[in-house]
Amino acid sequence: MAGKDKKVKVPRATMPEQAPEVRRRNFMEVPLGLTDEMAITEAARCLQCKKPACVEGCPVSVDIPGFIQKIADGDFSGAIERLWDKNALPAVCGRVCPQEIQCEGNCILGKKGSSVAIGYLERFAADKARELGSGTLPKVADKTGKKVAVIGSGPSGLTVAGDLVVKGHDVTIFEAFHQTGGVLVYGIPEFRLPKDIVASEVATLEKLGVKIELNSVVGTTVTIDELFEEGFDAAYVGVGAGLPRFMNLPGENLIGVFSANEYLTRANLMKAYLFPEYDTPIAKGKNVVVLGAGNVAMDAARTAMRLGADTVKIVYRRSREEMPARAEELHHAEQEGIEFVLLTNPIQFFGDDDGRLNGMECLKMELGEPDESGRRRPVPIEGSEYRIDCDLVVVSVGAKANPLLTNSTPDIDLNQWGNIVADPATGKTSKKAVWAGGDIATGMATVILAMGAGRDAANSIHDYLTIGW
Amino acid sequence: MFKIVSREEMAQGTIILNEIEAPRIARKAKPGQFVILQVNEKGERIPLTMADVDPDKGTITIIYMVVGKSTALFGKMAVGEEYFAVIGPLGKATHIENRGKVVCVGGGTGIAVLHPITRALKDAGNHVTTILGSRNKDLLILEDKMANASDTLHICTDDGSKGHHGFVTDVLKDVLEKEDISLVVAIGPVPMMKFVSAITKEKGVETLVSLNPIMVDGTGMCGGCRVSVGGETKFACVDGPEFDGHKVDYDELSNRLRAYLNDEQKSVDESEKNA
Ligand SMILES: Cc1cc2nc3c(=O)[nH]c(=O)nc-3n(C[C@H](O)[C@H](O)[C@H](O)COP(=O)(O)OP(=O)(O)OC[C@H]3O[C@@H](n4cnc5c(N)ncnc54)[C@H](O)[C@@H]3O)c2cc1C
Ligand SMILES: Cc1cc2nc3c(=O)[nH]c(=O)nc-3n(C[C@H](O)[C@H](O)[C@H](O)COP(=O)(O)OP(=O)(O)OC[C@H]3O[C@@H](n4cnc5c(N)ncnc54)[C@H](O)[C@@H]3O)c2cc1C
Ligand code: SF4
Ligand code: SF4
Ligand code: FES
Repeated sequence: MAGKDKKVKVPRATMPEQAPEVRRRNFMEVPLGLTDEMAITEAARCLQCKKPACVEGCPVSVDIPGFIQKIADGDFSGAIERLWDKNALPAVCGRVCPQEIQCEGNCILGKKGSSVAIGYLERFAADKARELGSGTLPKVADKTGKKVAVIGSGPSGLTVAGDLVVKGHDVTIFEAFHQTGGVLVYGIPEFRLPKDIVASEVATLEKLGVKIELNSVVGTTVTIDELFEEGFDAAYVGVGAGLPRFMNLPGENLIGVFSANEYLTRANLMKAYLFPEYDTPIAKGKNVVVLGAGNVAMDAARTAMRLGADTVKIVYRRSREEMPARAEELHHAEQEGIEFVLLTNPIQFFGDDDGRLNGMECLKMELGEPDESGRRRPVPIEGSEYRIDCDLVVVSVGAKANPLLTNSTPDIDLNQWGNIVADPATGKTSKKAVWAGGDIATGMATVILAMGAGRDAANSIHDYLTIGW
Repeated sequence: MFKIVSREEMAQGTIILNEIEAPRIARKAKPGQFVILQVNEKGERIPLTMADVDPDKGTITIIYMVVGKSTALFGKMAVGEEYFAVIGPLGKATHIENRGKVVCVGGGTGIAVLHPITRALKDAGNHVTTILGSRNKDLLILEDKMANASDTLHICTDDGSKGHHGFVTDVLKDVLEKEDISLVVAIGPVPMMKFVSAITKEKGVETLVSLNPIMVDGTGMCGGCRVSVGGETKFACVDGPEFDGHKVDYDELSNRLRAYLNDEQKSVDESEKNA
């Protein structure tokens, strides 16, 4: 297989990016996208495997060799149609999927050299389609006369809405906020996922006939049962994991200690980085500490840097290998001057007489025996307490299920953490005609898993509306 | 959507009333609940209590004091103009039951928040004594409506221009001395709620207060509205806004309300420059 060896030797495409010294102070997107030539060269590296391992690594089974071949052929609208077949939001997934543990992590080329840059190519095809207005929208089937309520407009809800409207159902999305997109607009920052991309995906859904009711908190503005009374035949609950976790440490209510949800919502959804042009203010820390090491923590840290911080530290109780963020986010954060303070656990926060944060106490940790998760458990080193001066702390240690909707619908079964119990194959809940998926069912996971759950539920809802429960 | 159908100025134009079309919210709202409003796409999300609702007409009424940029922008909107967003009803409704003799204490725009609760308490069969306070007689709002909702009404002004010359707490002490009160509801500036709670705690009279921390989403998603109640952290937007007045950490609340003091000034300066 001479051809194969040759392909292994072609280097993987490098994404052009804004230079770290520049981008750390602006909110523009960091990776700039591949050029046509770069994309075609990269696409040509794919071996077009008969049994593509990459596809097994993709939670929604995108036809990866298929769309990549189209790019290699220069048929960009063919590429986007292949992607749309399985993935309604390729411009988003190409940017935010943890490719290194999914599609690219499985790519055969990765075994010997570096995997095909599937994420870059997916993003390329989607951006190209948006730029050129190419690729034909799916055909909408004849109207069935059935009405579906989709609650929450995150990636999960958007997928359900798109799939069902195409199947001819009358779909209305109910969203609590004044804008659609869920975490894609209030959590993930502009420099990682430009908001006009999300807006254009939503605009496509509206073109297909999806109706959107903003400012509707289902559970209080209207309940699921009332939606049924209004004539809806089925409901999908995709309300995400919208309840911040705090650490319950002394001093956590000082001014200057924020949940990542609040900090990022102010910055992204409310556009506080454009204050005072936009009315919502945000605390601008000089010395910032972010607690946690996932994607959320990286987003908070990089936002703080862009808002003008002198120093930004990630404080994490485990070691580098356990940091759950995408590889690219860790890399970008480090390049931008964010410091990783590992094997360190916060103990308490200190403030001045006005209740403003001015420091925190930490304890150093060392790795002990493996715990239930198989990771070595961090154990405190006695007497290692020390102080970090800081005026802003962002707590990013995870999120839980928000009980607002579920409290109003006692006949939907929950698990011990308050997540909705949904059949993993269909998304069916214990309540007739109600489905759920995404973070509200699984706890905080990924965009693509939320979309996959949406796709499965949409199929099941379609069966229900055409056949029965 | 969210069109202003009527508007009124009170307290020499410092306090404004808007009646807004919001049929879904009007159908569900109960006394004690609030909404979050946004004036335009760039606007801040501002929580205001519903002072009244008309489910048949599909409208809600808010009454707010002009204190900063957002409330100033709200105040400039004319009848026929629309809010960009109104979200609600949010927060827990007041638990209304017949407790016998109750006292309602209100100050400033807290009186607007207090009015629907007072009316509901009266309708539930309570004997209601109301004590209202303001700096002077011109700043007092809703006097007639509160009189209608109460069995006895006391007015206090800081300058003595009407009623008792002094604070609501003076009158409250008197009432608690003379009558067997089972519940006090106090809504107004933080210091007022703090002092009322100190008095009622001494007398062992259950007290409800309504807290107004800075909020963002109002649905329990951000934790920005956290308050300490009995040593525990609560989210005022979903666990409240009403809490046991004897357990609230008022000093922490006062501090947290000053979090954006510098930014708020900047916001006002900027909008005056542009005007
Ligand atoms: C800061 C941040 C960074 C992340 N980075 C990545 C990443 O790089 N890659 C990745 O794959 N994943 C990432 N994730 C995780 C990913 O975003 C989520 O797993 C995904 O968005 C879940 O989708 P969802 O549709 O279930 O819910 P969400 O995206 O949370 O959307 C839920 C929607 O429902 C609305 N809602 C809530 N309650 C109600 C109600 N009662 N009535 C009506 N509407 C309601 C919410 O306002 C929201 O719009 C990140 C998450 C965060 C917070
Ligand atoms: C549940 C609740 C119900 C309320 N009901 C009423 C009411 O019925 N009538 C009324 O006049 N006021 C009410 N308030 C207070 C009102 O929300 C604030 O006065 C308003 O937000 C001020 O905004 P601003 O931009 O005009 O002023 P700013 O200059 O921004 O702020 C002035 C002060 O208002 C507070 N504030 C600022 N932003 C917020 C915010 N997003 N959320 C809460 N407080 C904030 C701060 O303490 C600040 O110092 C209520 C607050 C809460 C939380
Ligand atoms: S959706 Fe995500 S996992 Fe699937 S191919 Fe695209 S980038 Fe990879
Ligand atoms: S495993 Fe890699 S080389 Fe094979 S088809 Fe998938 S992307 Fe191409
Ligand atoms: S306002 Fe965000 S949790 Fe209460």
